[in-house]
Amino acid sequence: MGKYTEEQLEKELETQEYKYGFVTDIETEKAPIGLSEDIIRLISAKKNEPNWLLEYRLKAYKAWLTMEEPEWAHVNYPKVDFQDIYYYAAPKPKKQLDSLDEVDSELLEMYEKLGISIDEQKKLSNVAVDIVMDSVSVKTTFQDTLAKLGIIFGSFSDAVQNHPELVKKYMGTIVPYTDNYYAALNAAVFTDGSFCYIPKGVRCPMELSTYFRINEAQTGQFERTLVVADQGSYVSYLEGCTAPMRDENQLHAAVVELVALDDAEIKYSTVQNWYPGDKEGKGGIYNFVTKRGLCEKNAKISWTQVETGSSVTWKYPSCILKGDNSVGEFYSVAVTNNLQQADTGTKMLHLGKNTKSTIISKGVSAGNSQNSYRGLVKINKNAINARNFSQCDSLLMGNKCGAHTFPYIEVDNKSAKVEHEATTSKIGEDQIFYCNQRGIDTESAIKLIVNGYAKDVLNQLPMEFAVEAQKLLAISLEGSVG
Amino acid sequence: MLSIKNLHASVDGTEILKGLNLEVNAGEVHAIMGPNGSGKSTLASVLAGKEDYEVLGEITLNGKDISDLAPEERAAEGVFLAFQYPVEIPGVSNVNFLKTAVNDIRAFKGLPPMLAKDFLKLLKEKRALVELDKKLTNRSVNEGFSGGEKKRNEIFQMAMLKPKLAILDETDSGLDIDALRIVANGVNKLKSADNATIVITHYQRLLDYIIPDFVHVLYDGKIIKSGTKELALELEEKGYDWLIKPEMAQ
Repeated sequence: MGKYTEEQLEKELETQEYKYGFVTDIETEKAPIGLSEDIIRLISAKKNEPNWLLEYRLKAYKAWLTMEEPEWAHVNYPKVDFQDIYYYAAPKPKKQLDSLDEVDSELLEMYEKLGISIDEQKKLSNVAVDIVMDSVSVKTTFQDTLAKLGIIFGSFSDAVQNHPELVKKYMGTIVPYTDNYYAALNAAVFTDGSFCYIPKGVRCPMELSTYFRINEAQTGQFERTLVVADQGSYVSYLEGCTAPMRDENQLHAAVVELVALDDAEIKYSTVQNWYPGDKEGKGGIYNFVTKRGLCEKNAKISWTQVETGSSVTWKYPSCILKGDNSVGEFYSVAVTNNLQQADTGTKMLHLGKNTKSTIISKGVSAGNSQNSYRGLVKINKNAINARNFSQCDSLLMGNKCGAHTFPYIEVDNKSAKVEHEATTSKIGEDQIFYCNQRGIDTESAIKLIVNGYAKDVLNQLPMEFAVEAQKLLAISLEGSVG
Repeated sequence: MLSIKNLHASVDGTEILKGLNLEVNAGEVHAIMGPNGSGKSTLASVLAGKEDYEVLGEITLNGKDISDLAPEERAAEGVFLAFQYPVEIPGVSNVNFLKTAVNDIRAFKGLPPMLAKDFLKLLKEKRALVELDKKLTNRSVNEGFSGGEKKRNEIFQMAMLKPKLAILDETDSGLDIDALRIVANGVNKLKSADNATIVITHYQRLLDYIIPDFVHVLYDGKIIKSGTKELALELEEKGYDWLIKPEMAQ
């Protein structure tokens, strides 16, 4: 790391406000506002789904009706009115698109504003991108190249149509709809998302990427991602998220399920930059996400997340280390500024023998924000020789923000070795003065110090995204000094 | 080059510098000595622009009043402070740190960023000057450095930034004789007719290696005696008491 130049960064930071806050004016098709069984039937019909999936949705909906919104997180926000949300919004006309030429030019323009020129991506970075806007997956690049290797990558809806057996086999097995309130809601009303299957022994030659964007007012985004890495395969997957600036809060409740079969490896990276709300805390995204992965024998799942957006974040990417010798990793940088609140962390469930997990969590709090790490390490009674190392660091900027750590450790096997380290520090005035004395102004000094602090996590990201993530960290901390 | 007139500095209502005057010309080395608590390190911090002090008086650098400038602006004007306790910045490599510093100062002067290859060349050249291990330039700023390595790193940074006025705050503290020689050697090589150095030290020892043109004794926030190198030797022999309480020395 450290290859990027600060000056480039400086230039790009001249537009310091949330730069993804534009609205794209394209016609959309929306279902009536509110949630009911009829809406669910409508979504299912719109998507031409098989009956089993409709049944699944309806069961989830019934379960959801009996559930209560979780209150245990260290966050505070006005409750969501679930009848005041559009559950389905799709850019019109919704037809099958085979090449980029057919994509709405306004959409393409939007992608450019997002900094994801698909053409460039194609040529340069070897990244296959699936873009989900509001509710519908718009375009997946690189599909042909991937198809030759037997890799399936595309929208969840396409997978339901073209590979129903795979979807049926794995969907809901890692995150059942009974898991929690938002997972149940998602299972009932999810409209699209991404699906990925890597066949046995195949090493996916490029980064797979999904870009989520909420565009329409009052829409919720409920996407589902399912990644299945068959035996001995490898895939690196990245998701990025943006949303326009709006006064009202918008809801994002996604479910991500990862399945790593024997000897497989999944690297899942997230750069989350949903609109965080303005300085007074108006607007912003409620990000209530359930992410979980299952590791079979010798498998490895690695979650890396850079969380800078959303007004409220509630998210715990987890690993079930079921197979012997499986490995789970969680690397996280969560930045909160102004009135943002984040309650995020991970769960590492050690079931198999010789299972290993690593948790590196770096929180940065600025402004009046609240930033919590919440993590569970559970060593099951059969998990002989399980190992965990956790490091939870918090960095505070100013005197009005809060950093909290809630580590839970449950050990039922005596051979386990669990380490937990935690630090809380403030950006030192002596560090800033030292930088100043060398000619570096305070804003750049903070960028430098924060990026240094987050380096262990940023290093886990693919190169292009690491640079992007560094910029995001800088943007989200703009104006937090002084 | 540097002109300090009637400089007062206080922190939380306690006055530390009480009307200090000092003239430093280009090409000169000035040593400032004095007992603990006389205000030596405060003088260094105040010159560098640290904001913890209430400051009155005039500080001009090459005719320009710098007393209202922010620390980074003073740095860009050519003020460099080698810290008594260099600060660690975890995760930020020395190289990246210096590149940022060099280019921020260049930007201040309206110059484009230095080309990567020129920067690396400069890095290599200056590293050799203080015999700094290559590994240390790639490591995080001062993190896990020994006391001696930190001090050498300060002089290395000084070499990279080519200041007009270098202030060495107790650079000799914690150095063994070999490291002292290396550091002093580096400082001497950086000396030119266009720059000036202020060496703040407790001990005469450093001045065997960095020969000062003038020696000043700072006591209770004021310079109470100035002289040449011989004054340092005299201080070494007699201590400070004879200056502070002349009647006792007699």
